[in-house]
Amino acid sequence: MNKNEVFIKLPDRPPPSSTVGIIAWTQKNLFSSTTNTLTTILFFYLIYLYIPPFFDWAIFNANFSGSDRSICDANKAGACWTFIKVRFDQLLFGLYFASNPDQIWRPVVALSVFVLILIPLVIEKTPHKKWLLIFLLTIYPIIFIILVYGGYFGIPISNTTQWGGFLLTFALAFVGIVLALPIGIILALGRRSEMPIIRALSVTYIEFWRGTPLITILFMASVMLPLFFPSGVEFDKVVRAMIGITLFQSAYTAEAVRGGLQAIDKGQSEASMALGMGYWQRNVFIILPQALKISIPSIVNTFIALFKDTSLVSIIGLLDLLNMSQTASRSLDWNGYDIEGYLFAGFIFWACCYGMSSYSQKLERKLDTEGRTE
Amino acid sequence: MTSASASKKSTKNEISPIITINKLNKWYGKFHVLKDIDLEVNKTEKIVICGPSGSGKSTLIRCINRLEVHQEGSIIVDGTELTDDVKQINEIRSDVGMVFQHFNLFPHLTVLENCTLAPIWVRKKSKLEADEMAMELLTKVKIPDQAKKYPGQLSGGQQQRVAIARALCMQPRVMLFDEPTSALDPEMIKEVLETMIELAESGMTMLVVTHEMGFANKVADRVIFMDEGQIVEQNDPKNFFNNPKSDRTKLFLSQILNH
Ligand SMILES: Nc1ncnc2c1ncn2[C@@H]1O[C@H](COP(=O)(O)OP(=O)(O)OP(=O)(O)O)[C@@H](O)[C@H]1O
Ligand SMILES: [Mg+2]
Repeated sequence: MNKNEVFIKLPDRPPPSSTVGIIAWTQKNLFSSTTNTLTTILFFYLIYLYIPPFFDWAIFNANFSGSDRSICDANKAGACWTFIKVRFDQLLFGLYFASNPDQIWRPVVALSVFVLILIPLVIEKTPHKKWLLIFLLTIYPIIFIILVYGGYFGIPISNTTQWGGFLLTFALAFVGIVLALPIGIILALGRRSEMPIIRALSVTYIEFWRGTPLITILFMASVMLPLFFPSGVEFDKVVRAMIGITLFQSAYTAEAVRGGLQAIDKGQSEASMALGMGYWQRNVFIILPQALKISIPSIVNTFIALFKDTSLVSIIGLLDLLNMSQTASRSLDWNGYDIEGYLFAGFIFWACCYGMSSYSQKLERKLDTEGRTE
Repeated sequence: MTSASASKKSTKNEISPIITINKLNKWYGKFHVLKDIDLEVNKTEKIVICGPSGSGKSTLIRCINRLEVHQEGSIIVDGTELTDDVKQINEIRSDVGMVFQHFNLFPHLTVLENCTLAPIWVRKKSKLEADEMAMELLTKVKIPDQAKKYPGQLSGGQQQRVAIARALCMQPRVMLFDEPTSALDPEMIKEVLETMIELAESGMTMLVVTHEMGFANKVADRVIFMDEGQIVEQNDPKNFFNNPKSDRTKLFLSQILNH
């Protein structure tokens, strides 16, 4: 017998049909035991019970036409999307832009520019991402203020007392995120500093703001901040909320960044020290670029939490997307249609948070594979 | 007092020491890791430090560029005593190159950027100048074609040669090596040792912690044996290997030469 014959490679055979295919999958996952089978049946029964009626209400019987409540009142079997349609500008851009339709291009352009910068940032292969990001964090806020607030180039001022809706949610979250990032980085470095006073200050700051609920901070910001200024000085409510949110958010960002800093091997700072690099050079060129990359997923998680928390500004009387929907659905014109308002606000919140969350998951997977190949 | 004794010796020898260590003591908590170390390193001298694990070899050379802080005694590098003065420390560090056991290259920068970062920001060289110099040194360590790659794409031996080039780009007066080959696979040890031998032949002052006795034999002017935080014995390689005086040295040599 030829010795080689023993080693003839057998061709791959397809797996037996009982382990693949829809039937096998169903058996394995849905009906593998009595409990499992009962759960599956109950689940499908609940879906049958609630989903078709929901779609009937939300889509098939829903009202889209008209410009007042008469149509909705005549057909109570369906959702009143007419309300959202008529109040769309108010829900997205607040009262000023809703009552000045000729100015609505301003928030539209501002938000579009944001999306236009964001898309290439999220796409993996874009070159010069760093500069796009720097543009987004420095120049974009100026563009936003000039467009949305106005006051320059003959653009009329939109008073912040009239800011509201999604635009306000966006502005609060964006400011909170952008300002909290550098402050958080400094705090995270401070917490790891070798100087006891700086370390103690950072720890105290971080733990104080992390231990205080945002709603309390916002309340304090509206009650306490004015006390520090001479009476008569009307301190902008939106700015107050932004300060409170930034103080709060920077503590969370700091902890996320610290997680990244801790993951960096000690050899990295030793090698840069041995080359004679100073503290800031070491951190800016060697430690932070690596640490921030690692902590992006957890930083994004704090962004998501903050984005949802912005609704708490209702405590100081600001109307963000959620509170604006609520207010609109309680107006005389649309009283009684609050479910539609909540659904609309909820959908936008969900879309934004889901976007951020899937991006952070994508990054996490990418960092995982990079970690393994390195 | 310390500087006076140092200058006295230097006039006597006609060779000036570049590193003078005087009665150096260091503790980690209660653990006395370096005990009364006295050491003078002359310009262009090559010193190999060996000794059992935990004897304080790494700690000693890390004290020289203040990666570790000592508590007693003095260390004078190129005429400047190491104190808490951050600016002075950074100046000394930029004149003293260090090569680590685990390379410690910057993984987010290319090989070339690894080599040019400190010359540009610490030595304030132009990018062009720094690039030129880096390419020259990468050619010397025989990896100019890897300049645009990232450290993670290189073999261990190549990474360690980049680390040597990175340190040399600062034009240091002294090079410290802490077990530069002990994290390498056997087939890569040779290429790194060859680079180090070439560097030694070019006249660089070198302090090398290593157990590569072939290297010590070939290159060292002096071999130092450390045990339990003390310098037990030092001699030129020939006498050190052939007639070790202390029993501890004999034991150590028999252990490392037998395997
Ligand atoms: N940061 C530290 N804190 C406390 N003890 C330490 C620290 N670093 C080192 N030591 C101890 O000091 C002693 C000397 O350490 P050192 O690293 O200098 O030894 P070494 O001679 O280089 O040994 P090796 O051959 O294993 O590298 C060891 O016993 C070690 O456990
Ligand atoms: Mg060691």
